[in-house]
Formats: sequence, C-alpha cells, structure tokens
Amino acid sequence: MSENMSNEVEPTRRDLGLEAVSSQPVVNDGPAPFATQLLGFWVTFRTMFKKVNTVSYPEVKEPTAPRFHGRHQLNRHPDGLEKCIGCELCAWACPADAIYVEGESNTEEHRMSPGERFGKVYQINYLRCIFCGLCIEACPTRALTMTNEYELADDSRSKLIFEKEDLLAPLRQGMLAPPHAMYPGMDDSNYYKGDVLGFHPSQETSSEVKHD
Amino acid sequence: MDMITVIVDGFEITVPKGTLVIRAAEKLGIQIPRFCDHPLLDPVGACRQCLVDIEINGRAFPKPQASCTIPVEPGMIVKTQLTSPVAEKAQKGVMELLLINHPLDCPVCDKGGECPLQNQAMSTGRTESRFEGTKRTFEKPIKISSQVLLDRERCVLCARCTRFSDQIASDPFITLNERGALQQVGIYEKQPFKSYFSGNVVQICPVGALTGASYRFHARPFDLVSTPSACEHCASGCSLRTDVRRGKTLRRLAGDDAEVNEEWNCDKGRWAFKYVTSADRITQPMVRDSSGELRVASWPEALAAAAAGLQDKRSGVLVGGRATVEDAYGYSKFARVTLGTNDIDFRSRITSDEERNFLASTVVHSAPSYRDIDRADHVLLVGFEPEEESPIVFLRINKQVRKRGLKVTTIGTKLSIAAEKLKANFVCVAPGTEAAAVASQELTGKSIILVGERASESAGTLSAVVALAHKSGAQLAWIPRRAGERGALNAGAIGNLLPGGRPVSDAAARVDVAAAWGVDSLPSSIGRSSAEIFAAVNAGALDALVIGGIDPVDADNSHEAISAIKKAFVVSLEIRESAVTKLADVVLPVAAITEKSGTFINWEGRGRSFEAAVVDSLNRSDLRILTMISEKLGRSISLPTVSSAAKEIASLGKWEGAVVAFTPVAPAQTPVLGATDALLTSWRRLLDAGSLQDGEENLAGTSRPTIVVISPKRAESIGVVEGDSVRVSNAHGAIVLPVQIEEGAIHDDAVWMPRNSRGSHILATLAVANGAVVTVVKD
Repeated sequence: MSENMSNEVEPTRRDLGLEAVSSQPVVNDGPAPFATQLLGFWVTFRTMFKKVNTVSYPEVKEPTAPRFHGRHQLNRHPDGLEKCIGCELCAWACPADAIYVEGESNTEEHRMSPGERFGKVYQINYLRCIFCGLCIEACPTRALTMTNEYELADDSRSKLIFEKEDLLAPLRQGMLAPPHAMYPGMDDSNYYKGDVLGFHPSQETSSEVKHD
Repeated sequence: MDMITVIVDGFEITVPKGTLVIRAAEKLGIQIPRFCDHPLLDPVGACRQCLVDIEINGRAFPKPQASCTIPVEPGMIVKTQLTSPVAEKAQKGVMELLLINHPLDCPVCDKGGECPLQNQAMSTGRTESRFEGTKRTFEKPIKISSQVLLDRERCVLCARCTRFSDQIASDPFITLNERGALQQVGIYEKQPFKSYFSGNVVQICPVGALTGASYRFHARPFDLVSTPSACEHCASGCSLRTDVRRGKTLRRLAGDDAEVNEEWNCDKGRWAFKYVTSADRITQPMVRDSSGELRVASWPEALAAAAAGLQDKRSGVLVGGRATVEDAYGYSKFARVTLGTNDIDFRSRITSDEERNFLASTVVHSAPSYRDIDRADHVLLVGFEPEEESPIVFLRINKQVRKRGLKVTTIGTKLSIAAEKLKANFVCVAPGTEAAAVASQELTGKSIILVGERASESAGTLSAVVALAHKSGAQLAWIPRRAGERGALNAGAIGNLLPGGRPVSDAAARVDVAAAWGVDSLPSSIGRSSAEIFAAVNAGALDALVIGGIDPVDADNSHEAISAIKKAFVVSLEIRESAVTKLADVVLPVAAITEKSGTFINWEGRGRSFEAAVVDSLNRSDLRILTMISEKLGRSISLPTVSSAAKEIASLGKWEGAVVAFTPVAPAQTPVLGATDALLTSWRRLLDAGSLQDGEENLAGTSRPTIVVISPKRAESIGVVEGDSVRVSNAHGAIVLPVQIEEGAIHDDAVWMPRNSRGSHILATLAVANGAVVTVVKD
C-alpha cells in the first residue's frame, strides 16, 4: 500500500534530450588568436565613429515622434469654451478603466461648453493608462487629444490621478476663461463647424458678470 | 383557453388566441425590432418597425404587416426579417426613415448606451446615411414638468408616453399634435404634466426624447452598478432597481413584477432618494454631555452611555413604520428580552386601540392580494386615497376600471382626483361619521374592502368595516401608508402581539416565543400604544425611550410627544438629524435603506427582500446596533446580522393558535358646530413635505397645490370666493391658505387641507388632523 503511494507521487521521468546535451565533451583550447579577437571587437570599434543616439537626459531632451502618445489634453474652442461635453465615450472606450467622467447641464448662468452638456468631473488615472489612444479616437468633439509630454513620473499615487484642471489646455491668445456665454449669434453647431474664431467682447462682460 | 398554432420562420408554436404575432415570435426567441410595442399598453402600430410577411391559409398579405397589431390566426405563416427578404427590406426602410430626422446627438443623450434606437439601428439600420437634406429641428429641451424634459427632435412618435398617460395613469396631459413630418408630442400649454406617474414615461421612452431632470447628463449605464431593491416609500411593495455609482444612488427604475407593480412605479419611489446623501446625515455616534450639549463620541462610549441610561429603567420602544421586517423584529425582541416590556409601538401616527385590536384580530393573519382587486366585482375604499397613499393600488384599480368597468365606491371626507379618475361612487361624509356610511353599503362575497390607516382616526369605522366584511363575505384588506408597517406588525413591534401574530395575552404563544428566544418568560401584560407611552413618560411611569426613525409631529399628541422626549432618557437610532435627535441623550447613526439588506412586507403580506445597493457603507443596521446595546445590558438579542434575524423569523413561523377576538367600538358623537366652526379633515399627499423627499426639488415641483377645500355653502356663509384666502385656526395656531370651493366634493361641515404639504403642516401647527373642530374665516 505504502509502496504504491510512494510510486504515485514520484514524478515520471521524460526524456528531454538533456542527457545527450550534457554528455557533449566541452572543448576548451584556451584563448583565441589575437586576430580573431580583433574581428570580434570590429562592431564595437566601428560604432565608435557613428552618430550617437542616446542623449544625456534630463539635461538634454530630444523631441518625440510627432504622433507619440503622451499625456492627454482637454482642448478648448477658440473663444475659450471647453470642447468636452462630458459624454463619457472616452471612459467607455478605455480598456484600462483609467478615465472617470461626470457630466452636468450647462445653464445660461454657468456655461462651460457650447450646447447642453459639459464635463464637470474629468479624471485620468495615469497609473492605469496604457496610452493606447482609444479614448481620443472615441472623442466625438476632438476635446481629448494626446500631447507629446512623457514626463509623468511622480512620487505618490494620488498625484498621478490627473483632474480636469491638470488636463485642460492653457488659455491662448483670443481665449476667455469659461464660464461665459456662447459667441453671440452662434450655436453649438457653429462651434463644431469652426465658425467661431475667437471671443467677442460681449462674452467678456458675460464672463465678468458671472465672476462677481 | 383556445390555442392557436402558427408557423414563425419555419418553427411551429402554439399560443393562446389573441396573442400578437410579435409576442408569438418572442416565445420562439425571434426578436422582431420594435419601438411602439409594449406588453402592458394597447397595440397601436405607430412606429412600423416590426413589419413582417404574413400569409394565412396560403393567402399572403400584399404588403408586410406590423406584427405588433395582428393577433395570431389558425393557418398563419409568419416570415420575419430572418427568413423574408421583403420583411427585412421593409424594416430597413422604416429604420432609415426614422433616422432621417433623428439628431446625431447620442454623445449628449442620456439614453446613449441603453437605447433601443441605437441598438436597433445597429441591427437593422444602414452603416451610412443617404440623407443629404437638413434635419428637422425643434427647440430643445422643453420642460413638460419640473422633472420630465421633452426633446422633440429625438422622438420617433411611438406614442408609448401618450398611451401610458392615457391608459395606465389616466393623466392625459401629453398627446401627439400635428400630423406628418411635423408631428410631435405636445402638452397642454396652460397645464403642466403633473402626474404622479410621470417617471414611467421616461423609463419606457425607446429613445432619449423624454429624460428625467434629476438624472440628466449625470451618468452612463456602464458607470452604474444595478441592484434589485424594494421601495421604502409606501406599502404598495414595488420592485425597484437602484443604480449606484461610487457609493451614491443616481437613479431608481421600476422593476418588473407582474404580481405587484407590473412594470410601473410612482414618482416618489423613482426620484425621492436624495435624503440618503443629504448634508444632515448623521455619521458618528453622539452623546449628550454634562453641559447638555450633544457631542461626537466613539462607538464604545456611546453604546456604554446608552446601556447605562437604559439599565434597570422602565423603558418603552418606538419604532417608526419605515423599518424593515428584520429591524422591526430586532426592536420587538429588544423590548421583550432586553428591556422586559411590551411597551412597543410601530404606529407613529394618529392611532386608536380599536385599530390595534383590528390589526391583531383581522390583519396580521390575512393575505389579500392585488389579484383580489383584479377579480373583485366591487371595490370599497374606506379612509383610503389610493393615488396619494398607495399609488400602485390605484394603478391596479384603474386598470380594472378601464378594462371591465370595475365598480368603485369611496367613503371619504373629500372627493379626490383619483376618485374622479376611477369614476367612483363618492359617499361624502362629515369627519367622524364614516361608520354609518360603511354600515349602509351593500357588498357581495366577491367584493373587496380596502381600508386605509386613516380609518383609525374616526372611532367605530374599523368596527363597521369588520361588520360589513363579516355580513357580506367581502374580502378585507388594510393598506397602511408606510412601507414597514405591515412588516412591523408581523414582527410583533406592537404592544399586543409577539412575532408571527402571536397574541401577548395567550400564555401558549408567550411560551412559544420565550423558548425560541431562550429566555425564561416574556412580559405578559399588554403593552402601551405610542400615545400611551408618551403619556406614561410625562406621568412619570416610564423613564427611558428607545426611538428608531419616528417624527414626533406625525401624531396629534405632538406636544405631549415632544415633552416626553425631553423628559425621558432617549436613545435615538436615526439616519438624519430630526426633532428626536435634537432632544435625545444618545444618538446612534444607522444605515439607510440603500446601505443595508432587508425585507419589506407590503399590504398583501408579500415580502420583498433586497440586498445593499451601496456595498461599502460603514453604517450599521438598527439590528446590529440593538444587538450591541443588548449585549452591554447583559441580555443579548443575538441578532448580529440581517440574515440571522431573517432565519429566526422564518423558524418562528406564524401563529397557528387562537386569534384575538375583535371588540367593536361605537362611533363617537359628532361635536356641535358654531357658524364659523368646521370639522377638520386631511390626508397626506404622495408628494408633500415628507422627510424622505428632502433634497429633490424637481420632484417637489410636481406636487399638487396647497389649498383649503370647502363647500359652496360654507364659502357663501363666510363670504369667500375662489382665489380668496381663508384662515383655519384653533387654540394651537392658524394656517392661511388659498381656498378652493368644490361643489359636491366635501361635506358642508368639513374643511379639508393637505396634512403635511409646504405651507400646511397641520399637525405641527394645529396639533390635530382629522375630526377636530377648527375655525374657518376669511383672511
């Protein structure tokens, strides 16, 4: 009985060809001739005269490829209104579940984007993000794009969850910080068609009134 | 039942006569695309999406037919899109036409991700649009009420919403206006869509044309974790679905229970859930210190303080009508085992001993059902406003009224909108004289009497109801307003009953329960009712109270209740700050309904168990906290979890022995009235100032106007006309409200106002609610 059991637990030996390999005699004739060694160093020697690919990062930084998938950016319309409508399609597309969005209604008093809806909460968790770019393909308003910025390391997990203000594109020339009204006489479809090229003075007053 | 055999896509199926082709196909698992078809609404054939090829006995219809309007017939051969290229082409054509004017705004549409149009455009539509013109646009969105928004561009004119309003809720406020390409859903411009059931049109809309203001733009279906749940708002017993994201309830939808709520629910059940996350939520235990201030304490400290205050004291227990069965059972066992008293009452409202006797003798062992309403020849409503107090009961009666002209009689103090919709025979009585009207009713053995909790407010009414049921053989059902009342009754959270309907007065019943609970004996005297408990505290006969989820201003002795809470040592188990927690000595936070599991028993006696929708809550159930206090007191109730309580309730089972006899009570004398005196009468509306509706302004926007209703005769005698204000007052206070004069809707002796609406908190202001004399004068 006990013999049977000991037989069962013993692993079955399979011929993996190892014995044949180990039985090969090791041939050791001492160092190769100098000429043969020089031939071996030829690749190293030749490379010394080639153009250097590495740079001394972080003192020197090379530009990335133009389509490099770096940190995301939430873009703005030319008058400063946000392009994000809080539709969550990016979050839906994300294979790593790295994006969290909450939408909210725009009102006449508080307008962040053209149309009815804007993204109130927008978070990307860069601990999860795999930079695949499916989110920017899903974005129906081109609000979400990727920059070439790749320096995303940090010293705590919470710092790597980027909030909306970390992701929003900076205000450029001709842009006005929302919330403010839409360009007078224009509606959301004008914005999508690219009819709005900058802010109108009346939007500035609407913005100031809201800030008071 | 006649059965008919038809062939759908080459498969034979036998279905009852009258079955629609689309439903016969469904039984085979063949999905025909559709928008307008809904199993609970009459067929209309509005969207034309379900076209199929049909041939009967070799004769084919010349064109594809809408399968949602054609019942099966013998010899019918149906070819759906799966086998007939003609049907497939027809469906694709319809889909293309539907999409011509449908905006491409799925990214901002709430329905995106759970939209029948999106899904069926994928299955039946083209990949590219051939339409090059300009889409028809409308202004968007229109608020058809404060909680429902209409986006006419998205509408596919399926008429589900208009049919629901007309056929189910009988609130025909939305209709289809115009014809052809300009056809659209419209509302009466002067009257907003004020229906108690308007949320259902949002749920059944197959596109995003109707959306709810509270959920609008807040989430996507893939964000949400759905949990089947039970509604905590009334005793109808609806099945619901709670959708939660990151610990916060975002929406609730009607669940599907053909026996109870079918696929509907009311707006309160759908939208009143924000109280759980309100700012005044209690999250930490609090203890009143020596300076008289409530301060935050640790759990061990608070439990020790509660135990010290209850140790060797004469105590009473008040558990509101909102507790789950398991929690009510915990309170019931806590009172008997730990405190050694039968002084427990779940009825936090105007009550009577007649009612308690009625509950113990008649209700606790009865099991009426919605099906009894379906089968009844006559429904008698006594002290019960179905639409306001149990809306799904209203829908069920309304269904039978529409289907077969069910006879409805209502004995009440004021004609209601629901009674008009039910075409009810309204027996108008003065408050306090219901008993005589009940006694004069003629019923048969197939009738059903639905008696509400307000019947207890008029002495003798329940006695008359019991006598009528006995005489005619009619079924009798008691329908309370709160979700937990029937469960608390079954759990014995009342002075004259132990769990399972066992009478306290029966020694065998006491031995039964004492053995199950592992104690030597149980208190044998009948316990005090809630009003008597408060009176006993004020008289010095009780020292301490354990209070779970009641509002002292729910009963007509509110001044006495508040002074009792001030005087006694009070342990309050609450979810939010309330009039009780402000005065309590120890406040213990408990889990709200979404944060715990449990069971609610509806008026039928049907239980509906639910799991916690918010799983990571740190809040504990009442049951767990009571167990911890009882352990500190050395007489443990040993019910650490909801499932342990459920198991114990099941093992105790129902009482098989003798039932308490009902002792009839004579009606009270009606008081003599002066010229400006009137008898006050009132009821709570579905949407009112109830604390479970806090934080949901969109819902409050559709509540009915706060008014005083008087008869034309009284209006003439005090000299008011419609639009004037009247002042209703007594020794405690006065309320001024606009008056509505209704012919034949109210007794000349009576004045009606809502019990707890904004501007009309009559129990807090007047300290009475029904049958009391008040002065009504022009303001």
